[in-house]
Amino acid sequence: MIGYILQRSLMAVPILIGISILTFAMMHLAPGGPTALLVDPTISPEAREAFLERYGLNDPLPVQYFKWAGAAIQGDLGYSLIYTGTPVSEMIFSRLPNTLLLMSVSFLLALFISIPLGIQAARKPYSLTDYSMTFFSFVGVATPNFWLGILLIMWLSVHLGWFPTGGVATIDAPLNIWDRIHHLILPAFVLATADMAGLTRYVRSSMLDVLKQDYMRTARAKGFREITVIYKHGLKNGLIPIITLCGFMLPSFFAGSVIVEQVFSWPGIGHLFIQAVFQRDYPVIMGITMMTACLVVLGNLLADICYALVDPRIEY
Amino acid sequence: MHHRTEARQHKPAKPLSTNTLEAGAHRHDARPDTLAKRVLSQFLKNKLAVFGAVILLLVISAAILAPFIAPHDPSKINLLQRLAAPSLEFPLGTDIYGRDIFSRILYGAQISLLVGFASMAGAVMIGTIVGALAGYYGGKTDAFLMRVVDVLVSFPNIFLLITIISIFRPGVDKLIFVFALFSWMTTARLVRGEFLSLKKREYVLAAKTVGMSDWRIIFSEMLPNAIGPIIVTATLGVGHIIIAESALSFLGLGVQPPTPSWGNMLHDAQGYSVMRTAWWVPFFPGLMIFVTVLCFNFVGDGLRDAFDPNMK
Repeated sequence: MIGYILQRSLMAVPILIGISILTFAMMHLAPGGPTALLVDPTISPEAREAFLERYGLNDPLPVQYFKWAGAAIQGDLGYSLIYTGTPVSEMIFSRLPNTLLLMSVSFLLALFISIPLGIQAARKPYSLTDYSMTFFSFVGVATPNFWLGILLIMWLSVHLGWFPTGGVATIDAPLNIWDRIHHLILPAFVLATADMAGLTRYVRSSMLDVLKQDYMRTARAKGFREITVIYKHGLKNGLIPIITLCGFMLPSFFAGSVIVEQVFSWPGIGHLFIQAVFQRDYPVIMGITMMTACLVVLGNLLADICYALVDPRIEY
Repeated sequence: MHHRTEARQHKPAKPLSTNTLEAGAHRHDARPDTLAKRVLSQFLKNKLAVFGAVILLLVISAAILAPFIAPHDPSKINLLQRLAAPSLEFPLGTDIYGRDIFSRILYGAQISLLVGFASMAGAVMIGTIVGALAGYYGGKTDAFLMRVVDVLVSFPNIFLLITIISIFRPGVDKLIFVFALFSWMTTARLVRGEFLSLKKREYVLAAKTVGMSDWRIIFSEMLPNAIGPIIVTATLGVGHIIIAESALSFLGLGVQPPTPSWGNMLHDAQGYSVMRTAWWVPFFPGLMIFVTVLCFNFVGDGLRDAFDPNMK
């Protein structure tokens, strides 16, 4: 088992190196490099030189890369160019809890909605329930989440006043758990919708396989209630392939959160990223890109390990 | 997209043998059906797919004919008509600058469809070449190319995409380039899979025996046999790219104003006063994205079934 985990972790290393080179190269591919975007053209040549020297932008590219990568491994992602003196890692870590909260809640929401739906569809394949579910998953995939977000804000927040229009909590209010939940409901739901559709179809096809198995018949023959048979005996097995899928879904959750955070003014790393892009704050852009890559790779690793733990038939 | 393939395995497909027998017994003309004819007749049986195709044709013709259909100049600002409700003069109302939303949607369709089709064409080209090389040569070439695909797939591309676009400043040409660069992986995996099974066929062996070059075997012998799945992913891919393009334009990083696109029309719709008084400003552009992408998915799904030899 430990060998398996090690082997999996080692496979993640080239992926991270690849992404770091890609990100780094892109920042320097820009016409004139990052300096052209960052240095105010009105400042004197001496000040410009001093600026370049201070940020190590005069070094050859490979040197810059190794400097950056070496520091990044130790958790030092450099300093913001806009909010001078603020470490990038500090900026990211102050926003990360918000993003992780949003993502995990909407992930749970997606699971809690799509698992019963998928099971229902698998129990009666080619029924009206099944077809309407298929139709809704088409609708879910085709709905742009920013549009859904805007419509929900317009209808539920602006017109009906049921929900706040954005943010994580009421400004200047003492920490209040209900207030936080109140702010979380809409963005979490919007983020969940896109992946819910795909997830439901996976659950359906996975459960279709499981429901045909002999152990299901055995469980029924023992006289268990249908609910027990499906959710206890069936779901346990049906969920195994879903674990891998959850790992695959991580990138799309991150991508979705960039947009959802923008729609709901949710101060997470997606929001920070877009802000950094508009300000051309390139250490922040690179830091967030690398951070997300690490989280995604870590998520996939966890999914692999869980998969191996849950399914004793897998040999490592 | 894998889920659809998986889900479909469970449909009760008739065994192949009886199927061919039936088909043979009922065939009166001597000439066998061409692939295109068979696919078309299969496709026409799928109501949702036909519905999708009809709507898409409407959207495409509306985009092409925009200069003739549009009742107003899409970028003409008319501050006296700000946020006017849908009426005979402005069928879908006006936006915060008093521009006619219907006209802007028509012109926006040109951009969205152009980006969708052009990017997917590029992506299919890259994906087909990479997949064909990986599948045909196998071994180290295959391992290397597929690792590259793994890296690109396992990462939320939106970050790289946005970074590139912000560096080179947004524009339609860059959007197409960037989307092509980040959308070819599905096609590559698929073509590789097809080639892995195709290269064991006898006609490939025959072509090798007569001394045909690898290049010709790949492109003129094998590729035509993998065209079905490629068309299917391309169709579904156009839908994905239209959503991605509109998301970027919505963020302000895609198509730049004043050029209308469905996404950047939604960018202007976020203000509180717009939401308070003018539901049509966010509603219609988003509806167009939704309907168009939905129809691309219907058509793609219909094509998938139509190309599948097991489905009759």
